[in-house]
Amino acid sequence: MKKEPGMSMIVKRITRITVSLIFLFGVYILLHGHLTPGGGFAGGVIIALSFIHIVLAFGREEAMKHLNEKLILFLEPVGGLLFLGIALLGLFGGFFFLNILPKGQPFRLLSAGIIPLCNIAIFLKVGAGLFTCFIALSLLRIDRSDKGDK
Amino acid sequence: MIYPLYMFVAIGLCAAFSILVAGKYREWLAPVAAIAASGILLVLSIDAAFIARSGLKIYPMGNWLPPIGICMMLDNLTGLMLVIVNLIGLVSLIYSVSYIKRFTSTVYYYSLFMLMITGMNGVVITGDLFNLYVFLEITSIASYGLVAFGVESEELEAAFKYMVLSSLASAFIFLAIGIIFIKTSTLNMADIALTLSNQAGTATGNAVLFASVMFLTGFAFKAALIPFHSWLPDAHPSAPAPVSSMLSGVVIKVLGVYAFARVFFNIIGITPVIMNILMWLGIFSMIIGAVLAIRQTDLKRLLAYSSISQVGYIFIGLSLATPLGIAAALFHLFNHSIFKSLLFLNAGAIEYASGTRSMDKMSGISSKMPITGATSLVGSLSIAGVPPLNGFWSKLFLVIAIFQAGKMNVGITCVVVSVITLAYFLMVQKNIFFKKPENAEQEAALENIKEVPFSMSLSMIILAVICIVSGLFFAPLMSSVFMPAAKALTDGSAFARMIIPGGF
Amino acid sequence: MLYILCTTLLAIGVYAVLVKRNMIKKIVGLCIIDYAVNFFYVVAGYKVNAEAPILSEGMDVMRINFVDPLPQALILTSIVIGLGVTMLTVAIAIRLYQKYGTFDTDEIRRLKG
Repeated sequence: MKKEPGMSMIVKRITRITVSLIFLFGVYILLHGHLTPGGGFAGGVIIALSFIHIVLAFGREEAMKHLNEKLILFLEPVGGLLFLGIALLGLFGGFFFLNILPKGQPFRLLSAGIIPLCNIAIFLKVGAGLFTCFIALSLLRIDRSDKGDK
Repeated sequence: MIYPLYMFVAIGLCAAFSILVAGKYREWLAPVAAIAASGILLVLSIDAAFIARSGLKIYPMGNWLPPIGICMMLDNLTGLMLVIVNLIGLVSLIYSVSYIKRFTSTVYYYSLFMLMITGMNGVVITGDLFNLYVFLEITSIASYGLVAFGVESEELEAAFKYMVLSSLASAFIFLAIGIIFIKTSTLNMADIALTLSNQAGTATGNAVLFASVMFLTGFAFKAALIPFHSWLPDAHPSAPAPVSSMLSGVVIKVLGVYAFARVFFNIIGITPVIMNILMWLGIFSMIIGAVLAIRQTDLKRLLAYSSISQVGYIFIGLSLATPLGIAAALFHLFNHSIFKSLLFLNAGAIEYASGTRSMDKMSGISSKMPITGATSLVGSLSIAGVPPLNGFWSKLFLVIAIFQAGKMNVGITCVVVSVITLAYFLMVQKNIFFKKPENAEQEAALENIKEVPFSMSLSMIILAVICIVSGLFFAPLMSSVFMPAAKALTDGSAFARMIIPGGF
Repeated sequence: MLYILCTTLLAIGVYAVLVKRNMIKKIVGLCIIDYAVNFFYVVAGYKVNAEAPILSEGMDVMRINFVDPLPQALILTSIVIGLGVTMLTVAIAIRLYQKYGTFDTDEIRRLKG
């Protein structure tokens, strides 16, 4: 009697709708990081949660066929390097981490210099890192019949 | 007054992330990138140490002037610590090129190692209290990952114990930073020093006392002083050898001794109560570390207990709060980094060649492994304090400083513990290198041993040469490197007046 | 008086780390200590009858009472650090279970002396 992987049919149907909503909400919090509370870390966690939602609802093997694990493992240090690159970009203005992009008018989306770009770099690192940690922890099965070696 | 201090953090981070990206495609890129980055960092730190002699240099991040922004400071003590960290880092990386081949996923090893070096560089150059905590955590988390690197059962147990105790200590440090932030409403070290000295004697006294106790507990955990040492004899032997040498040689010094000195000498003033507590902690560490080391049969565990003992020496020197005492403590810190790293690398070489760490099973190796034997002899004589190697001079200055401060009993105890140190290291040397094989099992084990690969020998030779050279040239080193560094600490909050009024 | 609550939480966390034998309970104690210290910062940055430190259009900046925004940045950093340490500790605890077969720290004692 083969048990179907993942959760029940109702959860799978609803997941198809809610995943896109969660993703959109995460992108909103990420991009408006300089206007409302949130920013890189919170937005990154929410977007990673949308992917984890797929894994939880459909079972790991099924979900891993559609999500590219190597790409996510690759994106994590790219986020870190992007953040470092933005910080070094400030050297053109004379100081490390200086805010050199035009600052625009307050309360608009495209304002506050390098802060939106920093948010995106942080989102890449945090989102990829959290998802990778989740996959790594779920790979370690605690098998009750196996009582350890040595 | 401006000096590009950000390079220390930027190069390290760049190397750590690039190794993760590039190492997945070509395996040989990872050690090359790590050694290149570490070499650049060493050259920059020697340059910084020379520049620091002409006065205090700062670097305001993002052009936000202190006290609003985070600024990085460079004074003589910082220059000295930068050189120590990057030198031992480079030597350990050279050693680990051949040692790590036994493990899988070496890309993550190099990346974590570069992150650890970056964290330690950040701790010594920062001028902001919360930034100190952030870099402290970066270093700690990287070292948790490195201790558990070869996932055998003993290493995991040691890593778990280390992690739990060290996070507890970090939480205490964070709480202490919070208390000081409430009382002074700023996080910049110079500004806190000025505000605390203005407020001295008023109602903030109790809060600052509580924060000092929390800081003392947190940093004593990181430096492995005696009531808080229980993680060290498990964590240091279980880590791979280059990681052990970094941990025992640099991490407990930077996170424990340097951060402690920075917070207590420069920010919160030193009071006789703190000096007394430090002296007692140092005396207990010295005696109990040495006594517990005598009965060990595992080589790396013996070295770990010996670390506890020598860090006790450093704290006694710091607690005297006189220029000669602090300079002697810093000299002993430098010496201990060099020879303890050398001894741990030797232990790793012995383990690599013979597959065991237990001294009962080894015998007479010096005929088969000449380089390891010679460098181990140099290291053991240094740590025991035999002239003319460097350990003798630092212990001599320390004992002179103790007698000058009038504490005769402490001085005599130091000399006695030094004799005990000599005893157990000579026992180690005899058991491992010079004894004839006593039974058939040891003879059989002796057959398979050959000398270690070139990169491992090179790093051991470099450290042994530094031991001998700094022993011969102790006088210029003492007067031109360690006395100015000690002056940076005994000046107390005088550095604050250079940073705050007018900014530059 | 919220500070007393914060200190009680810290004491409960330290008790859990030191006394309990199960590894997972020690990890939970470590998390409680993190929450206690973050809570301390929240209480430290609070002002009575003050607003959240977010500017919006048409606000008269000079007259409005804001809560101190600096502790909020410190707490965010601390939460991220706590997250990283918790994940690492849990991963090692799972591997330890695979090696030793138990979560009880009294039986995981191969390193002695």
